[in-house]
Amino acid sequence: MKMLNIALPKGRLGEKVYAMFEKAGFECPSIRENNRKLIFENEEVGVRYFWVKPSDVAIYVERGAADIGVAGKDILLEYTPDVYELLDLDTGKCRMAVAAKADFRDDPERTLKVATKFSNIARSYYASQGRDIDIIHLNGSIEIAPILGLSDVIVDIVETGTTLKENNLVVMETIVPISARLIANKASYQFRTAQIRKIMQEMAAQLEEKP
Amino acid sequence: MSMIHSIERISFALRSLYRSHGYLRYKMNKFEEYDFYVRNKDFLVSDSVITFTDTNGRLMALKPDVTLSIVKNTRDVPGCVQKVYYNENVYRVSGSTHSFREIVQLGLECIGDIDDYSIFEVLSLAAQSLKAISEDSVLNLSHLGVFDEVLRGVDAELRRQIMLCVRDKNAHELSRLCDGAGLTVQKERLLGLLGCYGTPEEALSKAEALLGDLPAIRQLSRLAQAFAATPLSPMLRIDFSVVGDINYYNGVLFKGFVEGVPQSVLSGGQYDRLMHKMGRKSGAIGFAVYTDLLEQMESAEEVYDVDTVLIYDEQADIAAVFAAVAQLQKDGARVIAQRTLPEKLRCRQTLRFENGEVRVL
Repeated sequence: MKMLNIALPKGRLGEKVYAMFEKAGFECPSIRENNRKLIFENEEVGVRYFWVKPSDVAIYVERGAADIGVAGKDILLEYTPDVYELLDLDTGKCRMAVAAKADFRDDPERTLKVATKFSNIARSYYASQGRDIDIIHLNGSIEIAPILGLSDVIVDIVETGTTLKENNLVVMETIVPISARLIANKASYQFRTAQIRKIMQEMAAQLEEKP
Repeated sequence: MSMIHSIERISFALRSLYRSHGYLRYKMNKFEEYDFYVRNKDFLVSDSVITFTDTNGRLMALKPDVTLSIVKNTRDVPGCVQKVYYNENVYRVSGSTHSFREIVQLGLECIGDIDDYSIFEVLSLAAQSLKAISEDSVLNLSHLGVFDEVLRGVDAELRRQIMLCVRDKNAHELSRLCDGAGLTVQKERLLGLLGCYGTPEEALSKAEALLGDLPAIRQLSRLAQAFAATPLSPMLRIDFSVVGDINYYNGVLFKGFVEGVPQSVLSGGQYDRLMHKMGRKSGAIGFAVYTDLLEQMESAEEVYDVDTVLIYDEQADIAAVFAAVAQLQKDGARVIAQRTLPEKLRCRQTLRFENGEVRVL
């Protein structure tokens, strides 16, 4: 049997979802060893896991380097990869939100300057409101953009809100709730149907057990 | 054999297959007036088109699609079906790189008074095309009539969002959308349809239990039955996540996959609504095979560029060298004659032509 390739997002979320795969019967004990390896196999079960940058999981899956993977809804909305979105894993929960300085007053007559890592999400959100915006694409430390006057607002992921608070920013609107999703390559789904569906069903059962 | 050679072989096999069913080659111009694509831009995979101004000042486009041009050049003839195939280069923005690419599209269109036979023939040719590419292939079949029924009366924007969820087998967002709009019955039916995946027998009986006796399900059953009588039957699956733009498509829709290529390599469907939009009364069905995607299939990589390098010197008799090359080529070997051994050329053996004889170096 051909190995099922699974792309996991590096970090806390990845470890959490690996536990779900493990519980579903697709364990790979070597992954828990503390080393710098990125690829782990369990031939007996027929799985190969690899750790990739969270924002890259969708690319690995869309291009077929991974058959399935776990990606945040933010990445799926931003890059719109052509993959199946099989399950909401109800973990890694946060929201995509618009934030600004507490005293910011929006003037609809002016073009709104929006700093973000998620240009497509921001663009389509404001387009749906018919609002003219100027997108400033940044790769990190988005929170300082309004403080330095680089932008009026930011569009970013908000988990607890602590980072915003510490930088004197407040959430103005929530664009969309975010959580981790189980995704599958469309061709892999046709040829590894039984394995992929088993994982999906087992994980769905785990979610139902959750209090 | 290298993958490029395999693609040429596959392309040749597919063209012969279509010709053997009486499909005529449709050769088209490289350019169309830009205005033509603007009027039908929703039908195109991407709405970006390469344009240029012709010598007479008209804005022209490098064709991003073949079907539209074929439809434009057909006429309604009651009782008749026009069958054509094409092998053309089209220019589109590729999804992942966001830049223009030249894509080779090979496909066929069956236009006119199409009936169940025409539809079955096109489906069967699609299945045979996939088989010619790889033994390990799947043809997923769906029917838009099912969604016309389930989503009757649902607001167009909500319907668009629901169909996107169906396309991605995204049951969780689908549930949320239906819950938000109070579509209780529709939700149950749509989630049920997402679960109807697999052999026609199994999936269609599930779909019938869910939706009752619908013309769309009946048509799928008739087609699946006709398939069951052919050796292609095991590769046919029902998959309602195969969807298309409802402004253009109606009836059956299908997508083909082969093992080793991460995207669908074949895509097609019935597009009577596009015909009607373009002022035709008749119907149409067709599909395209994206042969350039086949490059991704794993192939036994060629270890050598040539089998033999035959080294000769300036004094050698040219006719004798040529005869020696011909002799070495006899069993289909690739032989290159050179005065010195080329750098980076990977060859199985090197021979030298000396004093009228071939020696091993």
